[in-house]
Amino acid sequence: MKIIVCIKQVPDTNEVRLDPKTGTLIRDGVPSIINPDDMCGIEAALQLKDQYGCHVTAITMGPPQADVALREALAMGCDEAYLVSDRAFGGADTWATSSTLAAAIKKLGYDLIITGRQAIDGDTAQVGPQIAEHLGIPQVTYAQNIEKTEGNALIVQRQYEDRYQKIKITCPALITALSSLNSPRYMSVAGVVSAYDTKEVKLLTFEDLKDHVAEENIGLKGSPTKVKKSFPKQVKAQGVKHEVDEDEAVEIIVKKLKEHFVL
Amino acid sequence: MTENILVICEQRDGKLQKVSTELIGKARQLIEKKQGQKVVALLMGDKIAGLAQDLVNHGADKVVYVDNPALKDYMTETYTKAACAVLKSENPDMVLVGASSIGRDLAPRIAARIKTGLTADCTTLEIDDETGELLMTRPAFGGNIMATIICPDHRPQMATVRPGVMVALNPEQKTGEIVDFAVDFAPEDTNVEILETTMITKESKDITQAAILVSGGRGVGANFAPLKELADVLGGEIAASRASVDAGTAHKDMQVGQTGKTVRPEVYFACGISGAVQHTAGMEEAALIFAINKDTTAPIFDVADVGIVGDVHKILPKLVNRIRNEK
Ligand SMILES: Cc1cc2nc3c(=O)[nH]c(=O)nc-3n(C[C@H](O)[C@H](O)[C@H](O)COP(=O)(O)OP(=O)(O)OC[C@H]3O[C@@H](n4cnc5c(N)ncnc54)[C@H](O)[C@@H]3O)c2cc1C
Ligand SMILES: Cc1cc2nc3c(=O)[nH]c(=O)nc-3n(C[C@H](O)[C@H](O)[C@H](O)COP(=O)(O)OP(=O)(O)OC[C@H]3O[C@@H](n4cnc5c(N)ncnc54)[C@H](O)[C@@H]3O)c2cc1C
Repeated sequence: MKIIVCIKQVPDTNEVRLDPKTGTLIRDGVPSIINPDDMCGIEAALQLKDQYGCHVTAITMGPPQADVALREALAMGCDEAYLVSDRAFGGADTWATSSTLAAAIKKLGYDLIITGRQAIDGDTAQVGPQIAEHLGIPQVTYAQNIEKTEGNALIVQRQYEDRYQKIKITCPALITALSSLNSPRYMSVAGVVSAYDTKEVKLLTFEDLKDHVAEENIGLKGSPTKVKKSFPKQVKAQGVKHEVDEDEAVEIIVKKLKEHFVL
Repeated sequence: MTENILVICEQRDGKLQKVSTELIGKARQLIEKKQGQKVVALLMGDKIAGLAQDLVNHGADKVVYVDNPALKDYMTETYTKAACAVLKSENPDMVLVGASSIGRDLAPRIAARIKTGLTADCTTLEIDDETGELLMTRPAFGGNIMATIICPDHRPQMATVRPGVMVALNPEQKTGEIVDFAVDFAPEDTNVEILETTMITKESKDITQAAILVSGGRGVGANFAPLKELADVLGGEIAASRASVDAGTAHKDMQVGQTGKTVRPEVYFACGISGAVQHTAGMEEAALIFAINKDTTAPIFDVADVGIVGDVHKILPKLVNRIRNEK
């Protein structure tokens, strides 16, 4: 079975800020990590590999710096890594990101695709289902557990707010991983050495994917949504902070509850 | 192309999900700027025709329903196929979808199929006075940044909105157009097999529906009993920060925030919660926020209407007694 894991490099911080002058994100000095859900995607693929001898490929679309994320995936045990990178891919929304990734996946060949449920920066959770749509294959999102069963089929435990389901899905298929799916393994020392010495990160540019995706479906041009503006979150009007003893605190709360007719 | 707004409603086991009426409420507000246009509700399922009137009563001018045994359980392909067929026939200008675990599976798939943009988890939806475009504002980067997204050249303009963010109208007996829309399903549309469904028995009530929430964080420690007592005397429910969920003190269903639930109660008590942006993202729309925290610099005080610097363990029991005496 050939598994492709989609990983995204994201800023590791809750402290991302906007440049007040330009309104753009300040990413300098913010370390990058593999998106947490995607780490679980890698782990899920590697567990299938450990049990059934699958071939695992990690791919990411991003700038050249995303090489580091792919090396980490190799060090964890992925067999191959592809960086989908080209100026032409820049400025993509989820529609264009997914059509580009789908093109790369088609070129590489696959049985199973695993993505994270959601990236912690863009936060949309749309790329997984949209890759599946571009490829015309079934999907199970919100995976809490994945088991292989007879033939090319998998049984996936799918989470909802009020229930979970065991769903049988037959490859080719796409699954999106929740962070509760597993605990990702650490890179081994030998893994790190081989990730840089013997394994390589291969590059896929638009030229390589031309047969699988049209120019009008990639990058800024292929993106139906546009960011009109972005701004830091507004803090609401300051409330009142009381440093008083407990009895007085209780009176303040009760008074306020009465004002709001709760009491 | 019409200028109508279509809401993709959600039902589970024949029960309408509240986010559907919340979005109809929002659509009604938006449609005021579009004279003569309609709010259309789309409902899919098996034996669900009976729910249509409820959607009318909540403000839909027209309900299109697809009633078919193939739609008994939610499955990506059957629901995507049905929704795309209705969208093609209705041609709305805007489509709103609840950002539940179903809506977030379905909406991106629809948007990819019909090639249009989709904006996730919007917290504000407005119509631009000049262009008539839908301005979709959403948090990103863990709630640190708000972005206003537009979809200039593709229609419909699609957005998902989390449960609890918009406000439903009070239902009134109304009349509306109700249309039974037929979709033909092929056996291969059912391309996954649901082997078993297990309901999660709720240890707590649905916190997104509670008018009063008493929420606890790491500062409360391992015992939520004092919070439960306060919630009980006020007729509310208890909720939690992720730290309390991770510690096993609270159930995941009770988590408020970016990776938990968005709540908008009348009153929110944040007890021993520091106020990380991932937490406040889920509760700052509460009408009245109390924060009790012993650290005077805790960021929760920035969003609180009434901040109390103090120890929850000492304040809560006194507060419960005081309120009991009041009653
Ligand atoms: C502030 C802001 C708001 C935005 N809002 C929207 C919006 O509402 N709608 C919209 O269409 N676009 C939006 N975008 C653009 C969107 O963030 C990008 O298209 C992004 O590349 C993918 O979306 P995501 O981060 O939400 O990923 P998600 O859809 O949350 O990611 C899910 C999974 O898909 C895989 N994946 C995602 N990106 C990649 C990648 N580059 N390479 C490999 N695998 C990947 C990963 O496995 C990931 O876990 C926004 C961008 C910004 C900066
Ligand atoms: C991607 C991502 C998603 C996340 N999603 C969420 C989410 O959905 N919801 C969420 O809540 N968090 C979320 N978090 C975690 C968030 O960043 C915080 O770590 C978390 O909210 C902290 O919980 P807390 O306030 O209970 O704990 P802490 O930050 O440890 O705060 C405890 C507070 O209690 C106070 N305190 C201690 N003792 C007392 C006492 N006796 N009386 C009064 N006060 C006391 C302390 O002063 C402190 O302010 C997320 C994080 C990430 C990275």
